[in-house]
Amino acid sequence: MLKQTDYISKNYDKPDSFKLALYEASGGYRAARKALAMPREAVVEEVKKAHIRGRGGAGFDCGTKWSFMPKESKKPHYLVVNADEGEPGTIKDRTIMERNPHLLIEGCIIGCHAIGANVCYIYVRHELHLAKERLWGAIAEAKAKGYLGERPLGKAFPIEIYVHTGAGAYICGEETALLNSLEGKRGEPRLKPPFPAQAGAFGCPTSVNNVETVAAVTLALELGGDAFSRLSALHEFNDGGVRLYGVSGHVKRPGVYEAAVGLTLRELIYDLGGGILGDRPMLGVIPGGSSCPILLPDELVHVPGDARFAPYEGKSVLDLPMGVDTMRNVGTMLGTCCAIVLSDEADPVLACRNLMAFYKHESCGQCTPCREGCGWLDGILDKIVAGKASLEELDLISEVASNVSGNTICAFGDGMAGPMLAFVRKFRGAFEDYILNGGQHQTRRLAL
Amino acid sequence: MAFSLDAEREQELSRILARYPNKQAACIPMLHLCQSANGNWLSDEVIGFVAERLDLSTAHVKGVVTFYSLLNDKPTGQHQLWVCRTLSCALRGSGDILSHCEKRLKIHAGETTADGNVTLQTAECLAACAGAPMLQVDQTYHENLTLEAVDAILDRLTQRG
Repeated sequence: MLKQTDYISKNYDKPDSFKLALYEASGGYRAARKALAMPREAVVEEVKKAHIRGRGGAGFDCGTKWSFMPKESKKPHYLVVNADEGEPGTIKDRTIMERNPHLLIEGCIIGCHAIGANVCYIYVRHELHLAKERLWGAIAEAKAKGYLGERPLGKAFPIEIYVHTGAGAYICGEETALLNSLEGKRGEPRLKPPFPAQAGAFGCPTSVNNVETVAAVTLALELGGDAFSRLSALHEFNDGGVRLYGVSGHVKRPGVYEAAVGLTLRELIYDLGGGILGDRPMLGVIPGGSSCPILLPDELVHVPGDARFAPYEGKSVLDLPMGVDTMRNVGTMLGTCCAIVLSDEADPVLACRNLMAFYKHESCGQCTPCREGCGWLDGILDKIVAGKASLEELDLISEVASNVSGNTICAFGDGMAGPMLAFVRKFRGAFEDYILNGGQHQTRRLAL
Repeated sequence: MAFSLDAEREQELSRILARYPNKQAACIPMLHLCQSANGNWLSDEVIGFVAERLDLSTAHVKGVVTFYSLLNDKPTGQHQLWVCRTLSCALRGSGDILSHCEKRLKIHAGETTADGNVTLQTAECLAACAGAPMLQVDQTYHENLTLEAVDAILDRLTQRG
């Protein structure tokens, strides 16, 4: 059931989409006015009803996260927006910041009020220069109108928003690494607990939320939490609203599309993405950024004992509505909801090696299993592609990856190991072919 | 002459410091500011300057500089050219884009042209997968590249010197 929407993206194609005038003409800042007139707890309740699952990859419910913030505290509270978009395949937050920055700024105002924060930092990766410029511009416009500052929208609760930049490190998308980076340190993840809601930025209660999550809060307040949640096809999974879907790789129309939560991969790839380049068959799809294990089109949904999955039982995973809990039950993750599509002419071994080189480059080096494991896997894959590896080394891949998983401070190690194990399990023949025959039967290319 | 910031950048530094509850948090923004004032790299002298101004140890600042890939602890070219190599771009031919750049600039990725004009590097995902293949020149993204488009970009880069 393809349900395209335009709550986030309605003005994306207009040249002035980033300006306050156009944003207000389409009803902008009504939600913040409404929220700031409500008690703080009521805003959190409304966000809970919206069932906004974190759009940054972990899928944690936004309202629940905000409810963890202390009610009374002597320390200042902080809202930190994670705009360190850099997960391979993930392309959605940049569109919001560049083309609808006020939707995010309005969400930040609502969020600050909801968690009792006077200051919000938007942590943008350094490379996104246009996004930073648009955000600073939106902040200046909002401030000039009195929507930010000492009395935002007339309320005696000062709110300031600042853009903070990183300096090139994927790991800073991990929330505690991001906090260290914000504090002027090396971006190494922290042990949890304490969780950021107890001790986050500068040792104070902090909520770290993804750009699209905070933008969705604006919509939830505007439409009402329950109404927002019901836009989703997965309302009964407590996975509400609309979201941005990215699609890249071997599709005819790569891009970012907005639709209700619960679009299927088939709809994303064939209806929105225009189908596979050259009308080739699909080799596989990585559903939500590189940390999500790859799915093959002939994999079937099999979730016995859960009535919610009954309509999809025995169908292709491509026909399962994409949601945080649905994808978890078919051996992968929704992640950032941005699919990377591979046609049957792409070589899965080279695709796997490409991603492992990424993880080797981006491992922060703090935990030994991850730092060494990523290097080992990258090295073995190089040997395999060079036709110099043995079958024992193929098994070593599984052993190394399994030993990283669960043995590190943050989720980076699992985000590397899960996809690695899936590639070897699902494409074992292709790996063996490289080892036994030097990959003679492969196209040995990634690009078509 | 000892490293210092001009009046305009000193003003920017004051604005940066005002955003945070402590000086340390200004470390990365200040390093960007100093890097831009110092020909796009951070010498030990600049690192010492940042440390002193923020009441940090030079070891702390050096530790930060070496952690992040966009803080350069070595001199670099006048222009930075990053070709995204990660999966979505690779699926759309970033390998050919990179070899074309290498051939035209007569350097390998990670190197700077002999005249010091361009440093060519590979980048990990730059969040532009729908515009693959793509590259970044200094602060600008170029997406949906063809070899002809790359030629035009390189022509502009090498001519403006």
